[in-house]
Amino acid sequence: MAKMTLEELRKLRDQKQGEMQKRDIEGKDSRIVIGMGTCGIAAGAKPVLDAFLAALEEKHIDNVSVTQTGCMGLCYVEPTIEVIVPGMPDVIYGKVDAATARKIVEQHIIGKQLVTDHMFDRPAADIIKKDGGK
Amino acid sequence: MAFRNYILVCGGTACESSRADQIYQNLLEECKAQGVADEVQVVKTGCFGFCEQGPIVKILPEDSFYVKVKPEDAKELISEHIIKGREVTRLLYDKESSRKHAKVEDIKFYQKQFRIVLRNCGFIDPENIDEYIAREGYQALEKALFEMTSEDIIEELKTAGLRGRGGAGFPTWMKWNFSRQVANDTKYVVCNADEGDPGAYMDRSTLEGDPHSVLEAMTICGKTIGAHRGFIYIRAEYPLAIHRLEIAMKQAREYGLLGENILGSGFDFDIEIRLGAGAFVCGEETALLQSIEGKRGMPQPRPPFPAVKGLWGKPTVINNVETWANIPVIITKGGNWFNKIGTSDSKGTKVFALTGKIRNSGLVEVPMGTTLREIIYDIGGGIAHDKKFKAVQTGGPSGGVITDESLDTPIDFGSLIRIGSMMGSGGMIVMDEDDCIVDVAKFYLNFSVDESCGKCAPCRIGGRSLCNILEKITVGNGTLKDLDTLEAIGEAMKKGSLCALGQTTPNPVLSSIKHFKDEYLAHIVDKSCPSGTCKKLITYSINAEKCIGCTACARKCPVAAISGERKQVHIIDQSICIKCGVCMETCKFGAVEIH
Repeated sequence: MAKMTLEELRKLRDQKQGEMQKRDIEGKDSRIVIGMGTCGIAAGAKPVLDAFLAALEEKHIDNVSVTQTGCMGLCYVEPTIEVIVPGMPDVIYGKVDAATARKIVEQHIIGKQLVTDHMFDRPAADIIKKDGGK
Repeated sequence: MAFRNYILVCGGTACESSRADQIYQNLLEECKAQGVADEVQVVKTGCFGFCEQGPIVKILPEDSFYVKVKPEDAKELISEHIIKGREVTRLLYDKESSRKHAKVEDIKFYQKQFRIVLRNCGFIDPENIDEYIAREGYQALEKALFEMTSEDIIEELKTAGLRGRGGAGFPTWMKWNFSRQVANDTKYVVCNADEGDPGAYMDRSTLEGDPHSVLEAMTICGKTIGAHRGFIYIRAEYPLAIHRLEIAMKQAREYGLLGENILGSGFDFDIEIRLGAGAFVCGEETALLQSIEGKRGMPQPRPPFPAVKGLWGKPTVINNVETWANIPVIITKGGNWFNKIGTSDSKGTKVFALTGKIRNSGLVEVPMGTTLREIIYDIGGGIAHDKKFKAVQTGGPSGGVITDESLDTPIDFGSLIRIGSMMGSGGMIVMDEDDCIVDVAKFYLNFSVDESCGKCAPCRIGGRSLCNILEKITVGNGTLKDLDTLEAIGEAMKKGSLCALGQTTPNPVLSSIKHFKDEYLAHIVDKSCPSGTCKKLITYSINAEKCIGCTACARKCPVAAISGERKQVHIIDQSICIKCGVCMETCKFGAVEIH
């Protein structure tokens, strides 16, 4: 790296700041938790995890942390993920693949609307109508 | 490629000595072996501060806080936590409640802390300038070079109310302003990293964990006062800090943040490292400057102060590591942000190295005004092994003891002096009921006597005399008159010594006499040491009623001072006994007693 000018330093900072923010947990109010038990991994949770990370990066979303957990117990709809966004009910999505992951980021995280066709277990059906219906 | 997990491994000296580097290497290898090398970033950071529980490994974004990790744990951390997403519970920090303490936010040790100086320690990789830049690094330098005048910068420091963290608490803006106002072609900026108090390691950890913050601050100072050369005076016993500083300086030069024409501003500034041989007196600023010049490190009379006439007779701003580390934050966030933290007399935070008989020893940063009780009991977790608190020594060999009754004093520069101690650089050594106060005073005094440069008589002769009298008291030859003599010599040293070393050498003695006169009297009048520390004043004997004649003590005694037949009461020959205490540890029947 050659000597920098002021502009170059600022550019470098902007670029690196994004990378560092992913490490910082402060200021992140939303969470995507991915069920990565053996069952989840076997059902394809890893590509889903990668898809979430890629989608969040692409959309420049920095208030969401992606974490993993063990089996959520909904083995019939693996891979399962939970999305926690303030002001919205906590939702467990099932049968998530890379495309669904992208949809969840666009619709749930950005659009603040539930992705109703992948919801299982939580929230109960009546809440879905009240809060999440279109 | 975005990483899904970040593994932060502590790379401070304390954790490195517990094989943290091996943990780091093993984690890297395991990531490769288990196929997650490109999804997980392993970072070696600076000190997390929680040294009691080291080596520490923190995994993000789960924020799992693993303690006392061993190199062989790396495999499990990767296979369980990273691959399967299950926390390795046996390694989580779990001491404080029934619930497993996994998250940093749950750990009491961190709850009352507020980190300015240590903002990047334990978070960034100190050997990678990009990570510092990403955390608002060198933003203050940008402001200083392109947006602010020298007057603006000094005004900002004045608003902030920052006082020197090296011990004396002199307002930083005044120092800078003195140097700025002197007309001279050549001026210097110096960083005092000659940390020497027993048990103190704040500056070492700051330099190891965030070296760029000091480089940035020194460059800002250079611009403010019109200096183009800086020196970091650091003791050679800090090899890791030196290594990291060298890397940081190299990277900053490559980026054009140090050297000629910084960021195209036309301003030149560069820094050199000077290694100290470890003489305590070289932490005194005038002695330090002598040492940089290649002379013997001896204090010089002040005035003139270094700010006016310092290194090679030129105006020199000399600040301590912790002071420097505050400056980029003040410039970036503004003096008005900084002055809301702390007390009216002392702004900002202070870093303390909490050591001694404390449950959670480590590095803590708290806002000024936090009480000693909060630091010792809430952050430090109280006294180790449920013993009784006796006193805490702040300010190292220059400070004094603080007892139970003063624990609720809010810590700032003024209040510590009022209760007979001082802020010092931030060492905090906790004593429990097993510590003998006379012995502790003797320890500090011996340290100061060894480190006296010998230039002026009050320090050289006074310190030695104090030491001899304390020695006399601890072996049982003390007289009541000795107490008066200690005080008389101490007061004379305070008045007559040239530098702070001599002026403060008697402090541990004077303050311990003030607070623990009873204990001194016990040594002098009763010829006994209440805590059983002073060997000459204690005797071990065997209680004939309890002894069953098992011969265990006699077999263990290293000098064969114990005699007695099997099933007969044993006897200790006091003329042979070396008072090692092995018999007491050995006896299962509590028959060995101490007087």
